[in-house]
Amino acid sequence: MAKVLMKGNEAVGAAAIKANCKYFFGYPITPQSELPEYMSRELPKVGGVFLQAESEIAAINMVYGAAGSGARVMTSSSSPGISLKQEGISYIAGAELPCLIVNMMRGGPGLGSIQPSQTDYFQATRGGGNGDYRLVVLAPSNIQELVDLVIEGFDIADQYRNPVMVLGDGMIGQMMEPVEFKTPKKRELPKKDWTTTGTGGKRKPNIINSLYLAAEALEKHNNEIQKKYAIIKQNEVKVESYNIEDADVVIAAYGTTSRIAKTAIAKLEKEGFKVGLIRPITLWPYPYDEFKKINSKCKGILTIEMNAGQMLDDVKIAVEGKFPVYFYGRTGGMVPTPNEMVDQVKKIMGGEK
Amino acid sequence: MAIVFSKTRGLTDVPTHYCPGCTHGIVHRLVAECLEELGVLDNAIGVAPVGCSVLAYNYFNCDMQEAAHGRAPAVATGIKRIQPDKFVFTYQGDGDLASIGTAEIVHAAHRGEKISTIFINNAIYGMTGGQMAPTTLVGQKATTAPYGRDEALCGRPIRIAEMLATIHGAQFVERVAVNSPAHIRNAKKAIKKCFQTQIDRKGFGIVEVLSTCPTNWGYSPADAMKWLEDNMIPYYPLGNFRTPEEVEK
Repeated sequence: MAKVLMKGNEAVGAAAIKANCKYFFGYPITPQSELPEYMSRELPKVGGVFLQAESEIAAINMVYGAAGSGARVMTSSSSPGISLKQEGISYIAGAELPCLIVNMMRGGPGLGSIQPSQTDYFQATRGGGNGDYRLVVLAPSNIQELVDLVIEGFDIADQYRNPVMVLGDGMIGQMMEPVEFKTPKKRELPKKDWTTTGTGGKRKPNIINSLYLAAEALEKHNNEIQKKYAIIKQNEVKVESYNIEDADVVIAAYGTTSRIAKTAIAKLEKEGFKVGLIRPITLWPYPYDEFKKINSKCKGILTIEMNAGQMLDDVKIAVEGKFPVYFYGRTGGMVPTPNEMVDQVKKIMGGEK
Repeated sequence: MAIVFSKTRGLTDVPTHYCPGCTHGIVHRLVAECLEELGVLDNAIGVAPVGCSVLAYNYFNCDMQEAAHGRAPAVATGIKRIQPDKFVFTYQGDGDLASIGTAEIVHAAHRGEKISTIFINNAIYGMTGGQMAPTTLVGQKATTAPYGRDEALCGRPIRIAEMLATIHGAQFVERVAVNSPAHIRNAKKAIKKCFQTQIDRKGFGIVEVLSTCPTNWGYSPADAMKWLEDNMIPYYPLGNFRTPEEVEK
């Protein structure tokens, strides 16, 4: 299939429809409104439903109802709206319903700004809502990867009956790049025999629920969910790494920040510095093991984020104190430049080659 | 021997957790009978609330989803929009629908969602132990209104049926009570008409059911029925506020 030039937010919509998602429930918020707009235009053409809900809270609960009825379904928002969805996301995780949630992050806290940021890393990877649960969190760094991850994300959600979040930022949502729509590797997806579609008088009622009043029953349910998470950790880690066997400094970055880091690394190489990169594509499950492959002479790991240091915690967990861990971050919608990154690496190297 | 009466197939065969004298049992039975008599039981998907009837998913003999507090109309919207041929209903109390879930119920009505809502108004939060609801009467005592509801502080009780009847998408709106055999017969008729509104794809329908909570009101079941008659009905008048025929005019 030929490549087409698409804006990130619209590419999400096209990818979702390609993945046979026909149901979208959402609420407008910058910088992701092109996605609901695209869906309102395109879903009726494929016999689907676009519904603009009265709030993000209602939208995520509509997703709950639709997912519980067996639909491939999604919602999208940006940071403050994703905060509102946390109640529903927790219930969806508890009731083990598959769905895709897109967060095109903007600056916070509070109303913050509409500029790109990565300040929802904690919220996305640590749960966000109440209870012990995890989302599979996918962090694309370009529009092609965004499209690929949206399409695969629906399969991951269905395979594990778990909500999947695509975590982009205002930059990913707004920029345009050529993309092609590829068919992902085929997965064995379980039959959806648990959905509420009416008994037809032929079976016992199905119940979609996250309430277990007896402590023993809830612990059993939670243990089952944790077992599922262990399998996801084993199967679904995605990471890109570059030159970590030889690097003097390894940059850890994801999403928009990681592609800027690649420019910085190329500049540094021209000056004779050996700099590697670990770019987590799944933020949960996190690619902790990748850090074990870093050569022992490496002088330090530089974590770069558009926040005040959130993935930094996972990098520290990953290196287990074996390397010094440094951090460089910009917040509020400020995007770090390649030159700022170059300076940070040189500082760690003491300015020497 | 001819069978002259049998329990509705719309309810499962389990004991409920409701307090003695609570009217949830009556309303459950009416809903279940209507589902069965209209032939939609096997096609039905119900949505249970948070509150006393949180476990309703164990009692209705059809597919059920348990929603977050107040969100049942949004969950029902998600269910109905992907399965427009199925029968979808919510069963909600007054804390759920009239307090935390006002946005969801107003907008489900506003969109004219083809779903049906059974709204239990017993003027109190039951499950959490008798706190004040938006529907608690002025002067009525509650654990968070120990001196009685003060109008100056909390306003007057909210009249949901009247409010929703101002919305075009709400095609059937009626308030009933279940404190006497005559009222119960009328309640069943209203629930049936409400459900028929969905079957006919007319729009949103709601039946507000004035109910008792002997435990948290602090009355015997019989006295609670009388308290409802003497105190709730004067403030919450029974009757129909909207029918699809009326909307068409």
